[in-house]
Amino acid sequence: MSFRTASKFARRELRGGLKGFRVFLACLTFGVAAIAAIGTVRSAIETGLQREGAALLGGDAEIEFTYRFASDPEMAWMTATASTISEIADFRSMVVVDRDGQLERGLTQIKAIDTIYPLVGSVELAPPMPLAQALATIDGKPGTVMARVLADRLGLTPGDDIRLGDKTFRFSAFLTKEPDNGGGSFGLGPRTIVYKDALEGSGLLLPGTLYSSKYRLTFPDGTDLEIVKSEALGSFAKSGLRWQDARAGAPGVAAFVERLGAFLVLVGLSGLAVGGVGVSAAVRTYLAGKTDVVATLRTLGADQTTIFQTYFLQIAALSLVGITLGLAVGTALPLAIAPLLENVLPIPAVFGIYPGPMVEAAIYGILTALIFTLWPLARTGDIRAAALFRDALESGRLLPPWRFSLTILVLIAMLVAVAAFYAGNLFLTLWTAVGVLAALIILSLAAWLIRRLAKRLSHHARGRVALRSALSATYRGGSETTSVMVSIGLGLSVLAAIGQVDGNMRSAIADQLPDVAPSYFFVDIQSSQLPEFLERVTNDNAVTKVETAPLLRGIVTEINGRPAAETAGEHWVIQGDRGLTYSANKPANASLTAGEWWDADYDGPPLVSFAAEEAVEMGLALGDTVTINVLGRDITATITSFRNVDFRSAGMGFILSMNPTALNTAPHSHIATVYAAQEHEARILRTLANAFPNITAISVRDAIDLAGGILKNIAAATSYGAGVTLLTGLLVLIGAVAAGERARNYEAAILKTLGASRRQILSSFAQRSAITGLSAGLVALGFGVAAGWGVCTYVFDIGYSVIWPSALAIVIGGVSSTLIAGLIFAARSLNVSPARVLRARQ
Amino acid sequence: MTPPAFRLDNAALSLDGNAGRIEILHNISISIDAGSSVGLVGPSGSGKSSLLMLLGGLERATSGTVEAMGENLSDMSEDALAKFRRENMGVVFQSFHLIPTMTALENVATPLELAGRKDAFQRAATELEAVGLGHRLDHYPNQMSGGEQQRVALARAAAPEPNILLADEPTGNLDGANGTAIMDLLFGLQDRHGCTLILVTHAEELASRCDRLIRLEDGHVASDSTT
Repeated sequence: MSFRTASKFARRELRGGLKGFRVFLACLTFGVAAIAAIGTVRSAIETGLQREGAALLGGDAEIEFTYRFASDPEMAWMTATASTISEIADFRSMVVVDRDGQLERGLTQIKAIDTIYPLVGSVELAPPMPLAQALATIDGKPGTVMARVLADRLGLTPGDDIRLGDKTFRFSAFLTKEPDNGGGSFGLGPRTIVYKDALEGSGLLLPGTLYSSKYRLTFPDGTDLEIVKSEALGSFAKSGLRWQDARAGAPGVAAFVERLGAFLVLVGLSGLAVGGVGVSAAVRTYLAGKTDVVATLRTLGADQTTIFQTYFLQIAALSLVGITLGLAVGTALPLAIAPLLENVLPIPAVFGIYPGPMVEAAIYGILTALIFTLWPLARTGDIRAAALFRDALESGRLLPPWRFSLTILVLIAMLVAVAAFYAGNLFLTLWTAVGVLAALIILSLAAWLIRRLAKRLSHHARGRVALRSALSATYRGGSETTSVMVSIGLGLSVLAAIGQVDGNMRSAIADQLPDVAPSYFFVDIQSSQLPEFLERVTNDNAVTKVETAPLLRGIVTEINGRPAAETAGEHWVIQGDRGLTYSANKPANASLTAGEWWDADYDGPPLVSFAAEEAVEMGLALGDTVTINVLGRDITATITSFRNVDFRSAGMGFILSMNPTALNTAPHSHIATVYAAQEHEARILRTLANAFPNITAISVRDAIDLAGGILKNIAAATSYGAGVTLLTGLLVLIGAVAAGERARNYEAAILKTLGASRRQILSSFAQRSAITGLSAGLVALGFGVAAGWGVCTYVFDIGYSVIWPSALAIVIGGVSSTLIAGLIFAARSLNVSPARVLRARQ
Repeated sequence: MTPPAFRLDNAALSLDGNAGRIEILHNISISIDAGSSVGLVGPSGSGKSSLLMLLGGLERATSGTVEAMGENLSDMSEDALAKFRRENMGVVFQSFHLIPTMTALENVATPLELAGRKDAFQRAATELEAVGLGHRLDHYPNQMSGGEQQRVALARAAAPEPNILLADEPTGNLDGANGTAIMDLLFGLQDRHGCTLILVTHAEELASRCDRLIRLEDGHVASDSTT
């Protein structure tokens, strides 16, 4: 028979309407819409970042140096190449405010600018005024502007005096918009802007101070940024120069948005997989209801292919409807809430209709629909004419014929490949795919186990008819039990894992870290200040411990004479500049894992001791050479030892420690960690800050709070992602429960005929919902605990203990969601007249 | 004096369908003695099954009264009706209506459990053995033939030893041999328990085994005779 005949049959069957396909359509629509919406927002942000690249960067290009300004040749090259050059210095310092003799301090990130800043965009102040006016020197006090969060914390109003280092400044206005903020300030120090020249006499920006200098450049129209970039990097390859240009004005933000977008799409795909379970269940239920039709068609001579095509075409048509609806919703929703998002997002976004995300979401939708519908569709081939007399669909084989199984496997591989292509991260995609598949298999197996257990327990429940009938239904109502377990279990599993990891991380940061962490880091201690600094802290009885070390910063540029990335890939140690130190003797708390420390009086070629764990990750071996650019000068050192560095204590830890003569002639400052009980911290800070106005204190407690806050936000973002999966799970749950409504109506009618009261019937229905929900919750909890333990132990290297409030919430969530869905439908079953139900089944 | 098993006074039943309100039964007034057997016969659509549903409290009369064993079913709540059935009635349907998620033994034990009987499962097993299914206790409905399913349904109806047995075309889905076997079992049960039997059937020869024949036509009692 021909495809045309099948399409005719399909059309006729579809005349019956979409009844029974609401959940099918909802699952596909919701899954595709979520992915399309995530992609649309990501595209909007990427377009915004591209369009606003120059403003975000502060010029057509930026050249950055680590704690040095440009050398004469570098400056000469910039002058010759660029139309305009604006120089700024960026560093941390302390703002001091005298409030009736009481000094209050706040950590700030100072941007020391020239008079032509900003080259692109504009600074906005409150009260409104030009930046030049705000920074002007009045009565010998140079002006400053400051982020409101810090100014408010210090109780400042415009016109107040503040101190930076040894010099008094005037606070002129609140900084409400910083155009080159690169996507929102992040860190411990809110922004203060001041003229660089005004810092003269402040004791800040001394040699060895930790600062970076940035040169914003604009070029004549038509300049090829790639050529200029190559020229800059080629001319100053070994000077530690870093280049950014307007083609990627905020590369950090762009990378973050890309990664977060990819991650959320993968989470969306997990949701689509759960939706697939609903789609599959809907098709199975639909086809079960069509057994008689198929058997009749078979009796009339229809072959297997015609039957398959008839139903495939119906499902394909419905899938296209679902996918189209999903694309429409997923594209329209971000557009509808664009004004709201634009206000909330700290970065520019250009909302519109982007074909890319729509194509991506459509591909996922089509592949998911095919993967999850082929299996049940393949079973139409098993229906024989004899099914008119017997329930043949129930006795069909477990797996579809091999050609369908192979097709499904190929489709899964295609889905993973497409997801990896779009996510740009094969590893993450594979883990997600393995995780989702494993969870689906584990939940299906758990459902099977629960059913076996229910069968066994039903013997022990004899005499308690509500419980026994609930257990019987759990056992015999196979597909509903599995659908409910899988649908609700996957979302709960992800939430349980997040809850366990998040709880343990927060506990590690909030409870365990402060016991071992120092109170303050002090940076920018000049070599000349070090003896007095040490004398003051060691003579202070409240200080329990102090550690100091010389601190320089450098960029690892080469390993064994080749670009570092060739050996270490994208390891974090070679991304940006790293702190390094020197030491004649092996520090008391350092333990070598391999090699030997140099002699105290060694003054030969540079040697380096490398952090052991990072060395393994980067593929380093003893005897390898590492080239580090410090202050524009390359230092190539040979690795002579590896040592354990414990970053978890938040104490002093350096990846690279060199022999003194390799570094001690370079200008540098010192870092100190001071340990004291919390009640003495404020006094110690006061004493030291008064004595050394140029040094900067970083409160470890503030850093811990910041880390906790970041963690909370990441957990929240991931939870929203898991929410998509959970919401799809609820849709599938409702579908599964709705699909069982006819069976429940029938059972309720028979039980009523046999004399069961409404309470007894309701109790039975509630108990079967609770059994499945409790099981899903317990499996999810087991999954969450296992995943939490694995991530905490092997990824974060922290202790693990079960977070019971989260665990309990997961189990309660499982029970209550299935119970609510079950009872809503149970109430309907109770109200149906038994005579009508039974008559309809005659 | 023992009240009649059923007494209907001007009982009528109408149902709302897609095509509007349909009058099913019109002013039925009959009395059925306890312990008797009554055959309800008539053509398709005459209202036989609906009358049986009315007698079982599975449908409510739209007007008139339906009394069973002296109790007015029309005044009872859904739960009171369920309790009344549990204590007094057994029902057998043409389509068996076994609970598909329960084994034969569990199906038969269910009304006994609902009645709070401690020996529910022993009694159910005995009843299944009595209908020749002692070897099929743990089988599910879809693992049994139609005749076997009907025997389970019969055992389930008889297990609580009801005062009234209602049977709606119990052989309608069965072949001749199976049908005869079921009827033998049904009448055997009535003899054994001395219960009232109301049998709805198309087959005049089966109905003739009853003490009394009520013929329905278009929702009216067309004739009422003893056999």
